[in-house]
Amino acid sequence: MKSLVHWVRQPGFLNALPVGVFLLVGFAGPLVLVLLYSFMPPKTFKLDQLPTLENYVSVVTQSYYISFGWSLTLAVVTVILLLIITYPIAYGMAKLFGKWATLVTILVALPLLISENIRLFGWVLLLLKNGIIDGSLQFLFGVSLSGLLYTVPAVVLGLVYVYLPFMLFPLVIGMSMVPDSLKEAASDLGASRLQIFWEVELPLSMPGILIGSLLVFILALGSLAESKILGGQVIVMIADDIESAFTFAQNWPKGSVLSVLLITLSLVIIFFLFRKIDLDRLVGRR
Amino acid sequence: MKSQRQRRIAHALIVVWTGAVLVFLYMPMLSVVLASFTKQRYFRFPVKAWDTRWYEKAFESLSVRDLFWTSFSVALLVTLISVVLAFFGALAFARYDWKGRKLYQRLILLPIFFPQAVLGLALLLWFSSLGITTSWQTAVFAHMIWILPIVTLIMSIQVYSFDPVWEEAAYDLGASRLQVLREITLPILAPGIISGAIFAFLLSWGNFPLSLFTTGADQTIPEWLYAKMVSGYTPMVPTLGSLTMGGAAGFLLVAFVVMIVIRRVKQGKSNQLR
Repeated sequence: MKSLVHWVRQPGFLNALPVGVFLLVGFAGPLVLVLLYSFMPPKTFKLDQLPTLENYVSVVTQSYYISFGWSLTLAVVTVILLLIITYPIAYGMAKLFGKWATLVTILVALPLLISENIRLFGWVLLLLKNGIIDGSLQFLFGVSLSGLLYTVPAVVLGLVYVYLPFMLFPLVIGMSMVPDSLKEAASDLGASRLQIFWEVELPLSMPGILIGSLLVFILALGSLAESKILGGQVIVMIADDIESAFTFAQNWPKGSVLSVLLITLSLVIIFFLFRKIDLDRLVGRR
Repeated sequence: MKSQRQRRIAHALIVVWTGAVLVFLYMPMLSVVLASFTKQRYFRFPVKAWDTRWYEKAFESLSVRDLFWTSFSVALLVTLISVVLAFFGALAFARYDWKGRKLYQRLILLPIFFPQAVLGLALLLWFSSLGITTSWQTAVFAHMIWILPIVTLIMSIQVYSFDPVWEEAAYDLGASRLQVLREITLPILAPGIISGAIFAFLLSWGNFPLSLFTTGADQTIPEWLYAKMVSGYTPMVPTLGSLTMGGAAGFLLVAFVVMIVIRRVKQGKSNQLR
């Protein structure tokens, strides 16, 4: 008892209390509620029924694997594309640009402060029939590319576009942790450029690559706006299914089951992520 | 010699690539601004006729004014509450060494990585189970679950570079707790607090997935834009989109000026002391 009082009286704990209590009420509470509802019979709006696994069975036997499949596939494709796109930029920011790296950082971060759907709407204008890309091609070359919008590639484009900073910044941090002297040493010992990349650069910048990839993967997995605004009705992603179960179908237990599955998948990845990183070092650069 | 040249070419390619990606990042936003100045009912490119009447309509419209005030009230409240709570949260995150800190650092970050649409729906469930009618006030609560951890993280960066020796010195010289907070802790942490506030405001101002499920009958600008994009398009969409982007840019500019002024004042003070 005395040790508990002692523990509670730590200044750190007391300072953590307001945020902690807030997140307990606003974050942990709703999640527990979702978990509880997932065991209720279909279409109930109270928690007073006997718990059942009915919803889990019906979700597994119905065609929800399609939207899960789409979400997983698109998340993986987004991660791979972003690795290829941002790797050279991250290298430039960590090793080449010097003072200009700050400017690039600011320019990449600024769009994050603009609402996601305004930026996605910009892509609608670009990809639209008679839109900016199609219209320019018609005007300049007389060819038309009218079927760009509401396709799977358009959704991928949206995901790549929105989540680019979340891949780039971890990569930059990871890459700036690779000391130049190591590469020079490898080079002096006769390693080729490709060898240096595979055996020095890549393994040492792995923490950054891992963090960026997992971050983008989780965010893309739970995304909603990209597939709705740029995909139209062409595909349904899992967040879409969750939304319609909660809203149109008014089936809270089913929406809860789908949420629980998505959350579990994300949580597994997040825990893996947190085991790999030291936050004091990353945030405080100590 | 040859490898030197190869390297230079590689570097040039990286610069060009970076530039291209930056263009890629800004192109959609420029497109929205471009579309907001066109005359036609439906957007066509190349643009044949330009017009600013949708801006005039936006400024006259009462419903646009409502949308603005809802978004603004939410963002302002989120900022004020988040900054206060995150101030203590950041001290716990970065300054004090306490049992349970590592766990706290990780748990507090969970909401940031959580799918926002799912969080919004879970909150909708939470509010209706508790018998709370959703409105813009519940949206404030919802935004904070995502924004509070981000602000805490941003302030923590500043707290890491804060040396507690200053506080101890002030206590030794007989300062009270409040005096130390006002004269030492707050001024030193001010840059972190201001950047935290900027992020809080702008992230709330632009947030869509959390607002969608938690505002009830009220509507924020991003929600309205989304509703009109999906069905019932009007040329007001690019106009209002441009206006919110302009609002965010204006806010950033003001914040930037304020920060410079504060730095000047601080420098002036320390010069006086010498």
